Formats: sequence, structure tokens, C-alpha cells
Amino acid sequence: MKYVLMFIETEQFAKELQAMGELERDAAFEAVGRWFAENADKITHHTRLAPVHTATTMRLHGDSEPVITDGPFVEGKEVVSGFAEIEVADLDEALKVARSWPACPVVEIRPAS
Amino acid sequence: MNDPVPHEVLARVVREHAGRLAASLVSLLGDFSAAEDLVQDAIEVALQRWPVEGVPDRPDAWLFTVARRRGLDVLRRESNYRAKLAQLQWPVPPRPDERLRLIFTCCHPALSRSAQIALTLRVVCGLSTAQIAAGFVVPETTVAQRITRAKKKIAEAGIPYRVPTPEDLPGRLREVLAVIYLLFNEGYLSSTAERAQGRDLVDDAEWLATLLAGLAPDEPEVSGLLALIRLHRARGAARFDTGGRLILLPDQDRSLWDRDAIQAASTLLIRTGRRHHRPGPYQVQAAIVACHAEAQRWEDTDWAQIAVLYDMLLYLAPSPVTRLHRAIALQYVKGPEAALAELMDLVDVLKHYPLLHAAHAELLRTLGRPQEAREADERALELTANPAQQALLEERLSWT
Repeated sequence: MKYVLMFIETEQFAKELQAMGELERDAAFEAVGRWFAENADKITHHTRLAPVHTATTMRLHGDSEPVITDGPFVEGKEVVSGFAEIEVADLDEALKVARSWPACPVVEIRPAS
Repeated sequence: MNDPVPHEVLARVVREHAGRLAASLVSLLGDFSAAEDLVQDAIEVALQRWPVEGVPDRPDAWLFTVARRRGLDVLRRESNYRAKLAQLQWPVPPRPDERLRLIFTCCHPALSRSAQIALTLRVVCGLSTAQIAAGFVVPETTVAQRITRAKKKIAEAGIPYRVPTPEDLPGRLREVLAVIYLLFNEGYLSSTAERAQGRDLVDDAEWLATLLAGLAPDEPEVSGLLALIRLHRARGAARFDTGGRLILLPDQDRSLWDRDAIQAASTLLIRTGRRHHRPGPYQVQAAIVACHAEAQRWEDTDWAQIAVLYDMLLYLAPSPVTRLHRAIALQYVKGPEAALAELMDLVDVLKHYPLLHAAHAELLRTLGRPQEAREADERALELTANPAQQALLEERLSWT
């Protein structure tokens, strides 16, 4: 089955990342790189999103003009920061891949097609 | 015409066979939802006909035949299922009991707790939606929705039908035990009311724990939970007076306790401890209940031992409610002042928990502070929704 893991950053996590020294931050990025390498046989795609302040949202209203706003579609303390698409047997395997994710603290797992 | 078949007999027979049939049909069809529908249909038919016609000699064969016939009708469009079902003959070739897979699927952590409970009762124990709704005092449509949603999630999110890998097993087992424990509590705490359709959730909880203990004999916490449930049940007859009022432990008539059942449950607990040397929260809770159950009189209670066990429980599974129980035990070891000091630490975290205020009231009364005790009892009364507890608190307030 195909699943998408959505990586979700919290405000707290973003602050911690900012507060890190260069060495620490390098180590954190390395851990992420290792995770991608270790799961390379399952990951079919992945995308890292630019920070949320770059987001633009468009709401489409049929025939009338779309409404364009600055910012993400929901304002909140938790924002999606990236995606990985994986191909595994079932939800338990998807959960296992997600469990070893070394970075941001929330991962949503959703079946995809 | 036969005499009507009692509810307990029906419940027992359905419970014994529904899960087995569901397990083999899920394996055969590879579709949890379709298999569950067939079993549920067969049970509905059984519940209509058995009370009048009597339970057939081979209830398993009977349910199987109904489910198969019904399946061939319903699944006409799905030629794949139909072919598989048509091949299926009674008796089904013996295979290892697959209900363990069924239990783990129903209690998958990707399902909400209420969905896990409803699904387990329906799929593993064979309860109808109406029976589950009556047991939890919620509308039948709510239960039906929970089950439909859960079955959809199992199919669409790819929740597997298998026993978890050894690596996942401890966490997943905790999930199953939590479901059984909640089920037991729900049944036990509300056991005054006459249950609709004669279905007692406490029976289902004990049966599930027994089944799980048989299927997973190397898991000491399963036996711990089973012992815990049995130790509570062994004292059930003394919990209420003839008017249905709750009787607290010090005032219970201990001659009504089932001493043989207490002995057997204690033996199970001791044997489990010796064999595995892996204590866990359920084993320790059962040991605490065993201390109470083995005391011939209230005055004989081994409070020092109980306090030690609470320390152990706090170490294994820290929680403010456990700290409260420890504080209550402490009054018999170190006196009411010490217990009150402990309890005051918890007032903030547990301010919405009725037992905190009831225990507070008791300590204040012991310490000769009746006015404050009254206020604490009143707070407890405001917070509890349980009729038996309400009655007890009202009575206590009327004395003082």
C-alpha cells in the first residue's frame, strides 16, 4: 500500500532548531539524511516545503474570482513541513517507518493512491 | 415448544463461537468488514430463533451454515467472495485459534478507544449493536456509526489482520489489556442496574481475559489482569445490600465472599509471578486486591504490604489516581495526618475526581473536622454520575 507521511513542525520544535549551535544542527540534518538512506527502499518520493511564511492560499469560488490570501490554509502552531511517499505492506509497517523519524515531533500517516 | 433459552446461555454460546467464525471468515475472504457483516447477520438470526427453538446441538455448524448461505446471497455481485464461500464446507478444517489476530486488529492503536471497545465486543464476543448500546448507555445509532467507521478505517488505512511482530507486541498488548480493563470497569461500576437483554459486560471482560490468557500464555500481565478481574468478582455478592445500595469494603459481609475463587485467583497470580519474574501494573493491582480479599476481617488487612505494593505500582505506572489510593492506604500505616498531607498534594490535579473528595471527607471526619468533611462530601456528590455512589454519599451527608 502507498502511504504519505506528512511531517509536521510545532512552534516549540522550530524554536529548538533555531537555538541549536551549528554543530548540533548539522548533526540533526545528518540524522534526517540517515533516515532517508535507511528507508530508501520504501520511499518513492519526498518533498521538503519552504517555511510557512512563504505560503499563499487560494480559495476557489466557482465562477467568481478566487480569493488569494497570505499564509497557509489553516493558521496554527503546527504546520506541514514536508512529505514522504512510501510503499509498504500495511499500516503497521508505515507506523514502523514513521516511528524512527528523527526530526519534527508530529507525523500524520495517510493512505494514498 | 421448548422452554425459552436463558440470556446467559445464549450469551455464552454466541461468545464462544462468534469470534471463531469471524476469524476464519476474515482469513478466507481477506475482508474484515464483509466477514464481520456475515457473522453479525448469523447472530441476529440465532438470537431470534434460538430462544424459541432451543440452541442447536452444534451451534458452530449452525452459525456457519447461516453465515455461508447469507454470504452467497449477499455477495452475489462479488464473484470473488462468492466462489470462495461456495468452496467452504463444514466442518471447517481445524486450524490454530485465530481469534488472537482478530483481537489485535480490533484493538489497533490507530482506532479510537471507543471504537476498539465496540468492535471487540461485536466481532470477538458477538454482541449485537443494541446490546453494546445498552451496556454503555449510548444511542444504538452511535454504536453503529462507531463500528461502521472503524471497519472502514481498517480496510482503507490498511490495518493488518495479524498478531504484531515481537518488537511491537508489548505496546500492542497494553492496548488490548486497556480495552478489557475499561470494559470490566464499565460493567463493574454500573453493575446495579438491570442490564438490557441480560448481557453483563463483566462476563465479557472476564471471558476476553481468559481467552487472551489461553492464546498468549507467556504474557504475565494478561494473567495479572485475569486475576484482578476474578478477585473483584469473587467479592461481588457483598458489594450491594438487598436494596441495591453500595456497601464499602469495611462494612461488607465477608462471609458472602467466594473464598475458593479468591484462593484460585491468588494462586494464579503467585504462579504467574514465580514463572515470569516480570511484574507489571496489572499484576501489582491484583496483588493489592488480593491483600484485601485474603483478610478475614477488615481489621486483619495487611496495610503495610498494601502501601509497599502501591509504591511499586507508582514506580511501574505513575499516576495521580494511584497516588490517591496510596494516600488512602497510608492512613492505616502512618495515620490520618500523614495521609491528609499526601492527599493535599493531589487536590489540584484531581479536583474533578469524586473519589478524591470522598476520601478527603473521610480523613477530615476521622480528624474531627465534620464541617469541612461535609463540604468535601458535597463536592464528591456534585462530581459523580454513578447512581450507587450518589446514593452512598447522600446517605453519608444525611447522617452528619
